[in-house]
Amino acid sequence: MEIPDGLFYTKTHEWARREAQETVVGITAHAQDELRDIVFIELPKVGRTVSRGQPAAVIESVKAAFDIYAPVSGTITRVNDAVVQSPQAVNQDCYGQGWLFAVAPSTPAEFATLLSSADYASVLKAASH
Amino acid sequence: MAEPLIIERSVPGRRGFRLPPSDVPAVDLEQALPAEARRTQAPHLPEVSEFDVVRHVTRLSQLNFAVDTHFYPLGSCTMKYNPKLNERVAALPGFAWTHPLQPAGEVQGLLQLLFELEQLLCGLTGMSRFTLQPAAGSQGELAGLKIIAAYHQAKRRRRSTMLIPDSAHGTNPASAALSGFQVVQVRSGPEGVIDVKDLKQHLTDDVAGFMLTNPNTLGLFESNITTISGLLHERDALVYMDGANMNALLGIARPGEMGVDLLQLNLHKTFSTPHGGGGPGSGPVGVAERLKDFLPGPQVCRRGRRYAWDRGGRRGVGRVHGFYGNVGVLVRAYTYIRSLGREGLERAGRTAIINANYLKANLQDLYPVPYGRFCMHEFVCTLKHLKAQGVTAMDVAKRLLDYGCYAPTVYFPLIVDEAFMIEPTETESKETLDEFIRAMRAIADEVRTAPDRVRQAPQRLTVRRVDEVKAAREPNLRWSEVGEPARRAG
Repeated sequence: MEIPDGLFYTKTHEWARREAQETVVGITAHAQDELRDIVFIELPKVGRTVSRGQPAAVIESVKAAFDIYAPVSGTITRVNDAVVQSPQAVNQDCYGQGWLFAVAPSTPAEFATLLSSADYASVLKAASH
Repeated sequence: MAEPLIIERSVPGRRGFRLPPSDVPAVDLEQALPAEARRTQAPHLPEVSEFDVVRHVTRLSQLNFAVDTHFYPLGSCTMKYNPKLNERVAALPGFAWTHPLQPAGEVQGLLQLLFELEQLLCGLTGMSRFTLQPAAGSQGELAGLKIIAAYHQAKRRRRSTMLIPDSAHGTNPASAALSGFQVVQVRSGPEGVIDVKDLKQHLTDDVAGFMLTNPNTLGLFESNITTISGLLHERDALVYMDGANMNALLGIARPGEMGVDLLQLNLHKTFSTPHGGGGPGSGPVGVAERLKDFLPGPQVCRRGRRYAWDRGGRRGVGRVHGFYGNVGVLVRAYTYIRSLGREGLERAGRTAIINANYLKANLQDLYPVPYGRFCMHEFVCTLKHLKAQGVTAMDVAKRLLDYGCYAPTVYFPLIVDEAFMIEPTETESKETLDEFIRAMRAIADEVRTAPDRVRQAPQRLTVRRVDEVKAAREPNLRWSEVGEPARRAG
């Protein structure tokens, strides 16, 4: 399962790409594979503040509904309306077209608590045993 | 599917029923209704005869899996046989032809039944009083949460946190959120029961209550229940029990003695009233003595030898259903309880547990059960090892339909990967259970030798695999004429 380098990861299977002003968030290839066909996505409103580890979005698949947690605290700057219209984009391209929302981090120190691609790979490996 | 929609059977001018000539003066609709309330065209209704409708509906019913036709091991739903005696009693004219506004003096028999049903439910659960109003398990939860909120309000304090285990039914956090509580999840430990250490970490003075299911959704008895309720009570928080799995405790253990303060019972599960499409449901809520003032009114009371309605508790949370709940369902549940008696109910509970353990023991070599040496009335397997063959829990569930068994619950509870939840209930014979075991073992063989047969199931049914993804992404719930754009829901 693809785990690109250069992204931050959470144990709850979100990825975060740190950019100059904002951090873009989505779910990992492993997560979309586990969820299977995604049928509905609810994203936060722009301007909402989210806290690290708290639910920020909801993804519903043919299996069940799941909370998506904010990897870092901050204010929502943008959301990907395209995935609300076509949720399958998350299944097809979870690290690209299938991003979910962007957040302006309020506590940059939180990045130190996130996982690297190698850390995340070992989390997945441990879970499969 | 071979059967057309009823509207496709429509023939212009065909009638099933003719109304007699009107014997009251006609009303001029243009005078009586504002323009926006008047149709400009007649509604497009199917024009069919009574016989057309009967054949259509009978054929549809024959396409269906039902507990009266097939084994139905749908975990968490307790799909037991619904004895026909229940139907006979509910159809007695004195019950069936009662009007909800009839004066109490004319329906003494029905009121006595409701009064006695409440007492029977109290006896089985150790609760002090019940409201029979809620029309579903989830509505019972909502009513229960309103009672919890009212309890804290009466003590003039704000409590906004509701603790819920990670194995909970999805309705629990939904009901709590709807009632305005913040939901905080409590983890299950390695044994599959509530992790008391994790519970302690979340236990603050903001906690209004704890909603748990016992036995839990893994089919395991929460063995720390009295410790848990003790911890909650130390902070004057309430213990709510989702009674969805009450079948396993019938006549064996009473939630009131475990420290449970309030609960809902699902009569359509535990007490053999029809379920799902055959509903309606019924989810009475029972409370401990100190909460009875908060129950919604009205309630049946006894005055001497007469039965009457009273307004209910002083601090009642307000009625949650028009009139008195789904009374026909209550009559069925009463009939069930009285026909089995205390001993019969206990035997039902014990047999449900034995049946589940029999299936578990005969399947777990092929379908591992991650939690529990023994289970209560149901158990949860994981089918994650079939992923290597590209087969999912959903595929196995669909293949079971080909073998004449209804599909178990899949992908719930969420804490088990590729969960497959089996609940046989007490009403199945050993022969039926053996047939199910043979089917499950045959499917395990097919996964190895002919996985496509499983992936493409069902193959022997009139309706093949339905496109659940398309149905969920593009829900088109309204029939439309050819050429008319289909409307999306919502």
